[in-house]
Amino acid sequence: MTDAASAPWLAPSPRLWRMRQAEVGILALLAIVVALVVAVSAAPAAIVVGIVAVVLAAGSLYFVRRRVRAWGYLEREEDLLVRRGVLVTRLSVVPYGRMQLVEVTAGLMERAFGLSTVKLHTAAAHSDARIPGLEPDEAARLRDRLAALGEAKAAGL
Amino acid sequence: MTTPTSPGVRTWERLHPLSPIVRGTRSALAFVAVVAISQVRSENGSSSRVNVDLAIIGVVLVLGVIQWLVTRWWFDGATLHVETGLVRRDSKTIPVARIQSIDLVQPFLAKLLGLAELRIRVAGSGKDERLAYLHVDRATRLRAALLASHHGLDPATPEPGELALAVVPASRLAISIALTGSTVVLVAFLVAFAATTAVSPKEGAAVGAFGFVYLLGLVTGIWRRFNTQYGFTVATAPDGIRVRRGLLGSVSETIPIRRVQALRTIEPIAWQPLHWCRLDVDLAGIMKRERGSGSPSVTKTLLPVGTTELASSIRSMVVVDRGVVPTAPPRRTMLKAPLSYHNLAAGHDDVVAVATTGRLRRVTSWVPLEKVQSVRRVQGPLQRALGVATIHLDVAGRRVDASFKDRDVQEADRLVEDLTVLCRAARSRGAGAQATVS
Repeated sequence: MTDAASAPWLAPSPRLWRMRQAEVGILALLAIVVALVVAVSAAPAAIVVGIVAVVLAAGSLYFVRRRVRAWGYLEREEDLLVRRGVLVTRLSVVPYGRMQLVEVTAGLMERAFGLSTVKLHTAAAHSDARIPGLEPDEAARLRDRLAALGEAKAAGL
Repeated sequence: MTTPTSPGVRTWERLHPLSPIVRGTRSALAFVAVVAISQVRSENGSSSRVNVDLAIIGVVLVLGVIQWLVTRWWFDGATLHVETGLVRRDSKTIPVARIQSIDLVQPFLAKLLGLAELRIRVAGSGKDERLAYLHVDRATRLRAALLASHHGLDPATPEPGELALAVVPASRLAISIALTGSTVVLVAFLVAFAATTAVSPKEGAAVGAFGFVYLLGLVTGIWRRFNTQYGFTVATAPDGIRVRRGLLGSVSETIPIRRVQALRTIEPIAWQPLHWCRLDVDLAGIMKRERGSGSPSVTKTLLPVGTTELASSIRSMVVVDRGVVPTAPPRRTMLKAPLSYHNLAAGHDDVVAVATTGRLRRVTSWVPLEKVQSVRRVQGPLQRALGVATIHLDVAGRRVDASFKDRDVQEADRLVEDLTVLCRAARSRGAGAQATVS
C-alpha cells in the first residue's frame, strides 16, 4: 500500500461538510420544535428534551466531521480505490474492467447544496463503491472517465 | 431428430397434448380441495354453488387447452422458435449460440405420464425459456440437438457421453439429513411433547398446538431435502457437470463450468466426525440491471453429502487448486473470534483463493481470481486494537465472497495489493483464452 498512501487521494467537496452540518441542524431543530410543542403541557420535560437534542447534535457533529474527512478516492491506472469510515474503516478496490454501470445521483439535500453522489456497480452486491458530495463538474468528469475506462477494459463474467 | 429440412419449410410442432392437464392439475387440485371442504361444511349445499365451481374448473381447463392450441415450436438447426399467445401473439427466437444451459425437469405428475419440461437458460434474457411439456424422449432429443448445434456440430449428433462421478446412496442422504439441526429440533420437540402429554394431557395439547405450524414447516423442509436430493447422480460431460436428482419428480440439470463464480464445501459439526461435507457452487445469474444490487446468483448443489475425498475430486473438475495451503490468522484473533478461531484460515496462489470460516459448521470457499469483482479491506474498532483486518474478495452475486478474516495488518495491506494484481493477471489470461477459443 506504499504507493496508495503517498499518491494524491481526492476528497469530496468541502460543501459536503456544510451539508452534513445542515442535516444535523435540521434534525436538532425538529427535536426542539417538538419539545416546544410539548412544553405547552409539560414544561420541565420539554426543557430536558431540548437540552438533550442540542448536546446530541453537538456530539454527533464531531463524529460526522470525522466521517466526512474519512472519505477519499484514488484513480489508479487499472482500478479505483474508495476509502471511508472512521470506526469501521473500509477500502474498496474496484477494477475498471468490472464496472457495470456508473450512476450519478443527487438527493434533496444534495441538490440544495449543488452536490452529487457517484456510485459504481459491479456484478457483486458487496463492492459498494460510492463517493458522496462531489461537485457536479467533478462528478461528471469521474462518470465519463469511469465509463470510458470501464468500456475499454471490460471483462466478462 | 429429423428437423433440419429444406429451408423455407417450417415444421412446427406442438407441445404434448396432455400438457394442459399437467399444468392445470396443481391449481385444479387445490381448487377441488377447497370446493370439497366447502361442500362438507355446508352439508346440503345448494346445487347452484356446485355448478359455479364446476364452471370455474371448466373455464380453467378450456383456457389451458387454448394455450396449448396456440403454442408451437420449431427448431431449424440454428434457432429455436417458440410462438404462443392467442390475443397477444408472442413469438421468440432463441439462437443456439446464446443458450447457456438446458435443464430437464419432471414434476411428479409429468413423470407419471412420461412428460418433461425443458428449461433453457439464455444469455442476456430475464428468465428461463420453458417448453412444458414434451414427451420425455422428444425433450431429450431436442436437448441433445440444441446442445450439439450450440457446440457447432450437426444437430443430429447424439448427446455426448458422460462420465459418472458419484451417486449418493439413499441411506447416506437419510443419515446426513438426520444429523442436521432441523432434525435435532424436531426430535427435541417431539420428546418434549410426549413428556408433557404424559404428565398432563391438557398442557401437552397446548404445547402441540403451539408448535404445530413450526413443526409442519420443519417436516416439509426435511421432506423437501430428501425428495429433491434423492438418487443424486453427478457426472461430467463436455458441456459441464450433469446432475440428476429427485424422488417423486426428477430434475436433470447441467452446470456450465465457465459460469461458476465460487465453490463452497460446508461441513456441519455433526458431519465432521464422519468426514462428510456438502459441495455448493455459485453460478452467475442472469444479468439484470437492478439498482443498488449486484446481479443475482444461483446456488446449486454439486453434492448433497459425500466424503471429503469425493468432494475434492469433484471440486477439482470445477476449480483449479494446485495445493494452496491456507494459514491461520494470528493467535491474538482468538480474543475477537473465540468461537470461530479454530476454523479460520485463508490462502491463495495466482489462480485461486481459499478461505475457511464458520463457528459450528466449517465453510470453505474457493474463488477463482479470474472471477473476482472487487477487493475490499474492512477493519472494525476491535480489529484495529488487535492489529488485524479482514480482506473480502467479492464475486458476482448478492452475498458471495471469500473472506480472509482477521489477517495481520501488514499481511492485509500486502494482500490487497497482491490480490488486485493477481486478479487482473488472471482476468487478462482468461480473456486471452476466451479470445483464442472463439
